[in-house]
Amino acid sequence: MTEGATQVLGERRPREPLLEVKELRVSYGAIKALHGITLSVGKGEVVALIGSNGAGKTSTLRAVSGMVKPAGGRITLAGADVTGLKPNLLVPRGMAHAPEGRGIFLNLSVLENLELGAYLRRDRAEVTKDAEYCFSLFPVLAERRKQQAATLSGGEQQMLAISRALMSRPTLLLLDEPSLGLAPQVVQTIFRILREVNGRGVSILLVEQNAHLALALADYGYVLETGELAMAGPGQELLASPEVRRAYLGE
Amino acid sequence: MSDFVQHIINGLASGTIYALVALGYTMVYGVLKLINFAHGDVMMVGVYLGYGTAFQLGRGSQSSFLGVLLIFLVAMAGCALLGFVIERFAYRPLREKPRLTALITAIGISFALSYGFQLDWVAHLGSASVTLLPGAAPRAFPEIIKPTEWLVFGDRDVVVWNWQVISLGIAVALMVGLQLLVFKTRFGSAMRAVSFDHRTAALMGIPTDRVIATTFMLGSALAAGAGLLYAIKDTAVQPLMGTYVGLKAFVAAVIGGIGHVPGAVVGALLLGLCEEFVVGYTSSSWRDAVAFGFLIAVLLVRPEGLFGRAVAEKV
Ligand SMILES: Nc1ncnc2c1ncn2[C@@H]1O[C@H](COP(=O)(O)OP(=O)(O)OP(=O)(O)O)[C@@H](O)[C@H]1O
Ligand SMILES: [Mg+2]
Repeated sequence: MTEGATQVLGERRPREPLLEVKELRVSYGAIKALHGITLSVGKGEVVALIGSNGAGKTSTLRAVSGMVKPAGGRITLAGADVTGLKPNLLVPRGMAHAPEGRGIFLNLSVLENLELGAYLRRDRAEVTKDAEYCFSLFPVLAERRKQQAATLSGGEQQMLAISRALMSRPTLLLLDEPSLGLAPQVVQTIFRILREVNGRGVSILLVEQNAHLALALADYGYVLETGELAMAGPGQELLASPEVRRAYLGE
Repeated sequence: MSDFVQHIINGLASGTIYALVALGYTMVYGVLKLINFAHGDVMMVGVYLGYGTAFQLGRGSQSSFLGVLLIFLVAMAGCALLGFVIERFAYRPLREKPRLTALITAIGISFALSYGFQLDWVAHLGSASVTLLPGAAPRAFPEIIKPTEWLVFGDRDVVVWNWQVISLGIAVALMVGLQLLVFKTRFGSAMRAVSFDHRTAALMGIPTDRVIATTFMLGSALAAGAGLLYAIKDTAVQPLMGTYVGLKAFVAAVIGGIGHVPGAVVGALLLGLCEEFVVGYTSSSWRDAVAFGFLIAVLLVRPEGLFGRAVAEKV
């Protein structure tokens, strides 16, 4: 079955929609990064978006979280049209984005980074509890809470980026290549935590180049190729499909 | 020996004034990575606002405690507003443009203010006339704080003036306040986050536009306060004073490591002392050469300034 140019595999388990992206287009001046993509994330779902370098994965997340203004299309979050809203208006609606390159404030301490993740929250006591919860997820961060974030290793910075995103108590977590440049063991840890976070009801839109890991975790996946969706399907089915195996798993 | 002590006192006194102006440069650079060349001219506008307020108050009340307070408040609030307008309408539209564009705009605003204020423009409303632009002629700043000798040692070997103590006190209070604001408050964390990476800061829910605007307003208000302290000391007010004091303060901020708050203060105090010593022991015509000589010397040894961190530019 195909929708437009997208090859769709298998059946998607129906869920109440949380994020819906319709015909999204993004351009940087004359460069067109996205040519109208349509995807969705259901409540409690993990959705993976995979694709090679320059496919437009980061652009998709940036448009969803309001970092770039879409050139066209519609984005709805929990039924409300949020197209073109600035990031600081999306955070209170339950969106958290751990950006490409981790975006850690290297001039601040680990704890200050976490507290900024809860910038809009006023419930001080609960914020402290959530910080402790993050420290329980990633004990290495707890030992370094007073340390300048610049002294963290790449893996620790990624853990901090995810923790900081959780500090706003999001319903939808956008993650941009959390495995990039990390040792396999650290990647394992991070994906285990993502599963746990999802188990607590947080929906996740996960951008990855590590297709194997991402699709294994995801309920549903999309394959992005040069600004267009090439394929969509449940994680397992995409993993099993010959095209994906050839193009993204190096077989 | 007493000469030496006197020079230290004078040097610190002028250094604190540079410091307050330098803080504005460094704060704005911190959040925007922009050298706000109009900063000194905003200070000059503040001085004229204070002058106008003093004039309206008249001789009696302008030197009362409440009068002085009102003069400072009007000047600082007026400059905060001016800083807001400049950021909102001149710099914000250029934020995503190459940095050079904003820099040239800053120079343009600097010229617009310093030369605009050299025009004579008096509005006549019936019998009353209101000076809108003061003209190029220097004016004498009223004695809102009458200079008196507070401490005299020996046979007038060392003299500490009241305005020196007052400006030192005000400057130290403002600096401590600023340091607390930046490092101990929620707004301060937001400022530091915006300074490091404003796009990611927005992802935290931080209203980055508001943080940047507030920083501009704070810096401009500090400049107005500094300008008034300068005018109280120097008494001559003229439209180009901002360029002159601003340049010195800019040098101080760069010496300390631009973007670094305590660095700006230390740079300014060192500059004040350096100038005072050279002028004291040689001749006053060396004053400006000292500032720039000092700058060159520091930059040759530590290009990032005394306290600045060398950062690789992200491309
Ligand atoms: N700020 C920008 N200015 C101009 N072009 C951009 C910008 N950001 C991205 N692009 C272009 O848009 C296209 C999509 O980029 P994007 O970063 O979304 O890809 P990606 O899938 O995230 O790639 P990667 O896996 O390398 O992170 C690329 O061709 C890229 O060169
Ligand atoms: Mg990317």
